[in-house]
Amino acid sequence: MATKTEDYLGITDYKVIGTRPIRHDGVDKVIGRAKYGADIDMAGMLHGAVVRSPHAHARIKSIDTSKAEALAGVKAVITVEDLPLQEDKIEDLGEGAANLQHLRANVLADGKVLYHGHAVAAVAATDIHTAQEAADLIDVEYEVLQPVLTVQEAMKEDAPLLLENQTTESLGEDTGQKSNVCTHFRHELGDVERGFAEAELVIEREFDTATVHQGYIEPQNATALWSADDQITVWCSTQGAFTVREQAAQILDVPVSQVKVVPMEIGGGFGGKIRIYLEPLAAVLSKKTGRPVKMVMSRTEVLQATGPTAGSFIKCKMGVDKAGKIVAAYAYMAYESGGFPGSWAAPGAMCIFAPYNIPNVLIDGYEVLVNKPQTMAYRAPGATNAAFASETIIDELCEQLDVDPLEFRLKNSAREGTRRADGPVYPRIGNEECVKTALSSEHYATQLNGKNRGRGIASGFWFNVGLKSSAAASVNSDGTVSLVEGSTDIGGTRTSIAMQLAEVLGIRAEDVKPQVADTDSIGDTDVTGGSRTTFATGWAAYQCALDIKEQLIERAAKLWEISTDDVVFDDGTFSSSDSSKTLSFKELAGMLDETGGPVMGRATVNPSGVGGAFAVMIADIEVDTETGKVEILRVSVIQDAGKAVYPSYVEGQMQGGIAQGIGWALNEEYAYNRDGLLTNASLLDYRMPTCLDLPMIETHIVEVPNPGHPYGVRGVGEVPIVPPAAAIANAIYDAVGVRMTNLPMSPGEVLKALWSKNGENGTA
Amino acid sequence: MNAFDYEAPQSVDEAISLLSAGNGNVGILAGGTDLIAQLKEGRKIDLMLDLKQIPEATALSFDEDSGLSIGAATSCSKIYGYDVVQSRYPALVDCTSLIGSIQIQNRGTVGGNFCNASPAADTPPAVIVLGSTCRIAGPNGMREVAAEDFFTGPGQSVLQSGEFLVSIQVPTPAANSGAFFLRFIPRNEMDIAVANAAASVVLDSEKTTIQEARVAIGAVAPTPLLVADAGAALVGKAVDDEDAIEAACAASRAAARPISDMRGTIEQRIHLSGVLTRRAIQGAIQRAKES
Ligand SMILES: Cc1cc2nc3c(=O)[nH]c(=O)nc-3n(C[C@H](O)[C@H](O)[C@H](O)COP(=O)(O)OP(=O)(O)OC[C@H]3O[C@@H](n4cnc5c(N)ncnc54)[C@H](O)[C@@H]3O)c2cc1C
Repeated sequence: MATKTEDYLGITDYKVIGTRPIRHDGVDKVIGRAKYGADIDMAGMLHGAVVRSPHAHARIKSIDTSKAEALAGVKAVITVEDLPLQEDKIEDLGEGAANLQHLRANVLADGKVLYHGHAVAAVAATDIHTAQEAADLIDVEYEVLQPVLTVQEAMKEDAPLLLENQTTESLGEDTGQKSNVCTHFRHELGDVERGFAEAELVIEREFDTATVHQGYIEPQNATALWSADDQITVWCSTQGAFTVREQAAQILDVPVSQVKVVPMEIGGGFGGKIRIYLEPLAAVLSKKTGRPVKMVMSRTEVLQATGPTAGSFIKCKMGVDKAGKIVAAYAYMAYESGGFPGSWAAPGAMCIFAPYNIPNVLIDGYEVLVNKPQTMAYRAPGATNAAFASETIIDELCEQLDVDPLEFRLKNSAREGTRRADGPVYPRIGNEECVKTALSSEHYATQLNGKNRGRGIASGFWFNVGLKSSAAASVNSDGTVSLVEGSTDIGGTRTSIAMQLAEVLGIRAEDVKPQVADTDSIGDTDVTGGSRTTFATGWAAYQCALDIKEQLIERAAKLWEISTDDVVFDDGTFSSSDSSKTLSFKELAGMLDETGGPVMGRATVNPSGVGGAFAVMIADIEVDTETGKVEILRVSVIQDAGKAVYPSYVEGQMQGGIAQGIGWALNEEYAYNRDGLLTNASLLDYRMPTCLDLPMIETHIVEVPNPGHPYGVRGVGEVPIVPPAAAIANAIYDAVGVRMTNLPMSPGEVLKALWSKNGENGTA
Repeated sequence: MNAFDYEAPQSVDEAISLLSAGNGNVGILAGGTDLIAQLKEGRKIDLMLDLKQIPEATALSFDEDSGLSIGAATSCSKIYGYDVVQSRYPALVDCTSLIGSIQIQNRGTVGGNFCNASPAADTPPAVIVLGSTCRIAGPNGMREVAAEDFFTGPGQSVLQSGEFLVSIQVPTPAANSGAFFLRFIPRNEMDIAVANAAASVVLDSEKTTIQEARVAIGAVAPTPLLVADAGAALVGKAVDDEDAIEAACAASRAAARPISDMRGTIEQRIHLSGVLTRRAIQGAIQRAKES
C-alpha cells in the first residue's frame, strides 16, 4: 500500500478500479424484485398505526385508549408507559448521537408533545384500515402551549421552554442555566479582532435558512417479531442495521444479542434513516400480541415526524487585505435542533470557511430547541447552510474587489498544511485542483449572454468520516468470491466495495458476489453515512482481499513445495519466483480442497486516514423578473473524489447532491403556520425539483488521491450538496442585482427582493 | 379508508335514481384523482358512484353548430389528444395537458376538476373564457349553467344534492379568434397554481382590432373569476394597444381577492393576476392572428 500522495499521482493502470461494470443489484431493482420493507408479508402479521399530536407544543393531560381497544380487530395499544424507563445516557449513532431518554420520548411522547406529528400512541390490528380507525378512536386531552418556531425566538430569555430541565452547555461546561439553547461552542484561530482591524474591506450579513427534508422516496417502515424466547427480529429501511440494533436494544432494555436487524433494500436516506422511529413500537406491539407487526409511514407522517435537517440563523463576516487575501472571518451559527437536543451547527462550523486559508477565525455555534421534529443529518449536515452564508460573502468581496471569483478562490485556497479553525491541519487536499478545473472548463469559458441572466460560483467542503466496517469473503471453487458486508447499499456500494476486493485479487468485479448481511451475520459496521462507505467498507474489502491473497500464497507454496517468499502474485496470477510454475486465481481456487480446505478472508477496520472533499459549482440562471421564478440554465460541478472507484456512481452522487441543493436553494421548506402546524406535509406542496426543473448537470471528477486510503478514495456522497444554494444566490445577484440572504429563494421571495430594489412597477 | 359500496350505473337515469335513493353519503367518481386522495385523508362515503359507464359522461364529440361536447368523465389526456381540440381549442390543450402529470392526466377529468371546485383548479379559466355551458342532470331533468356561474365557493358549486355534471358544452370558436391559458407555479410541473389566467379574443377580419374579449383568473379568489372589466377594457382596441392591455391587467388585479398561504402571498397573487392576464391576452391575440 502506497503511503505518500506522490505514489498515487498518475496511477492509471488499475484493472477494476475506475471502470463501470454492471451493478450487482441492478437486475432486481430494475425489474422490481428487490425487496423493500413495505414488501414484507408474513403469516399472522398485524398492521400498526400511530396516533400523532395535532399540536406543536402541548402537555398531555390524559390518554384514553378504551374505545380503540374495544374495536373489533384491534390487538394491542401502547403508549410511552409500555417502553422501559431510560437513564440519561448518550448513545453514539455513527453520524450524530442520541440521548436515550430523548430517543424514548421521541418515539412516544412522554408527558409533552414537542412538534406537530409527535407520536403519542400506537395500535396494532388485523388490517391497516382497522388500525387507522382505532388510532382515530384514541382520545388524547392536551393542554396547548405556545410554540417556539425559530432559533431567534427560542433563544430569547423569556421564550417558553420545550424541555423543562434543559440547561445550556457552554464551551464544554454546564452553565446550569435553563434554556432552549442546548449547546454553545467556539472555535478560535489567530486573533480575529486584529485580523478585521487590518482588513481593507469587510462584508457582514445575516442569513436565514429553512428547515428542509432529505427527500428520500421510500417512507420509513419497520416490521418486528418478538418471539416467545425473547429473540427480536426487526426488518426495516435503514442506513445502518447495527445502529438500529443498538438503539432498539437500548430502548427495549434488552441485550443487543437479543435483537437481530435485517436491513431491507433502502429507497434513499441521505442522513434521515439513522435514528429509529417505528422499530420499538412494532417490537413492543409484537411482544404484546405474539405476532409480527408491520408499520409503514405515510408521506405525511414522514414529513411531520421524522427528522428533517436544521433551519438556521447565521451571521457571517469576512475581511480582506489590500492584496486580496482573506485576513479574518467570523461566524455566529445558530441551528435548530427540533424538539430534542442534537443538531448540526458543529459540522457546519467545521465546513464554513474550510476551502480557505484564513489566519484569524472565530466561530460561535449554538444548537437550539424549537417545536419542530428532532432534526437529523442531511447530506453534509450543516454545511449547506454554512456555505450559503460564507460563499455569499466571498462573492460580495469579489464583486467589490472586482476580481474573478475563481481566481480569488485560488489565491485564498486551503492546501496541504493549512489549519482549519476547528483544529485539523489538512493533509493533501484537492481544493486548488477543483478551482483550476473550474477555471479551465468550457462552461466557465463560455460567456453567458441575455437579459436577467447570471452566473454564480460557490465552493463547498465536507470532511467525510471513517468509522467501523467489517467484511468477510469466501473463495468459491469456480474462481469467484462471495463477499459479505454490513453497509446498507444506498448508492451502489455493493459494487464499489466489491471492486476494491476484485482489484487486489486480479479478478473481475462480476466475479465478486457482494451481499449486505443482517446484524447476526457480519461484524459491526457503522452507518452508510458521512460519505464513508466506499472509503471504509471498501477498505475492509481491500484488507479482506489481502487476507485471501496471503492464504492463497500459502496454498500455492504448499502445492509447489516452495517457501511463501518465493510465490509472486501479480495481476491475478500466482507464480514461483523463477517463473517455472504459474496458476491463475481461478485455477488455484479450484484446488482448495486438495490444499487444506476452504479459504475465507476477513477484515475489520476503523480507519483514520479520512480525506476531506471539496467541490466547486458553476450555475447559470435566468430570473423572470415579473414572477420571481429562477430557471436553471446550465450547471457544472467539479469535485475531488480522490479516486473514483466507479465513476458513474461518483457522477450520480455529484448530480444528486446538486439536484437536492437546487431544491433547497429554490423552493424547499417546511411551511409551519403560526400555531406551529406543518401546512405542506406532502410532496405536492413540499416542492422538491422534478426532472423538468433541472438541466443536465455536468460533472468534472478531479482525482487528487487521499493519502490515507489504499486506493486514494475520498468520500463523494455529501460535498456536492454544499455549494448550490450559494452558487444560485450569487447567480441571482449577477442576473438582477439582488442579494438573497434567506432560503429558499422562492419566486415570492425573489419578487419581494426585486420590489424592494426597484419598486413594484420597476419590474414590469 | 372506510368500507363503502360501489355502483357503476349505465345511464344518466340510473345514476339519478342511485343518487336519490337514500344511499347516504355518495362520492361521485370520475377519475378519482381528487376523490380517492380525499378518502385516504379521511373523507367518509357510503357509496361510490362511478360515472365512467354512462355514455353521455364519457363522450367527446364536435359538431360545427353546437361545438365541442366534453363528457364530464372524459380524461384530460383523451381531451388534449382529440384532433379537433388540438386544432380549434388550443386553450383546452394548455390547461388539460399541465394538470398534475401524465398519470394524473390519464385519469383526471375536466368534470372532476369543476366539481371538486378548488379555487386553484386549472381548467375553469379556459373553459370560462371559451363561453362554455355546464349540463347538469338531476331528479327534475337537465339544466344548464354558464361555466362562470358554476362555482359558489371553495369546494362548492351550484350542484344540488341528487344532481351531477353530465357534460360541458364549448361553443365553436368564431372566425379570427384565439384563446390562451397559463398558470404560475414555482416548479415546472406537479404543482398547484399560485395564480392562473385565461383569455379569449375575437379580432376583426384585418386582425388588428379586438372585437370581443373575455378574461378569467383563478387561485386568487374563493372561485375562478370571469373578469368582465378586463374583457371590456380590450373591446374595440387595437391588438397592440399596450394601455388597453394594461387596463385589462389592472382590472384583473382589482378583481383578485386572494389569501396568503404556503403557496403564495396576497401581494404576490394580486401581482401575478396582472402578469398572467397580460401573458394570456398576448397569447390569445397571437393565436387569433395565426388562426
Ligand atoms: C398529484 C396530483 C396533481 C394534481 N395536479 C393538479 C393540477 O395541476 N391542476 C389541477 O387543477 N388539479 C390538479 N390535481 C387535482 C385533480 O387531479 C384534478 O382536479 C382533476 O381534474 C380531478 O378530476 P377527477 O376526474 O380525477 O375527479 P374525481 O376525483 O373523480 O372527482 C373530484 C370531485 O368531484 C366530484 N365529481 C366528479 N365528477 C363529478 C360529476 N360529474 N358530477 C358531480 N360531482 C363529480 C367527486 O365526487 C369529487 O368530489 C392534482 C391531483 C393530484 C393527485
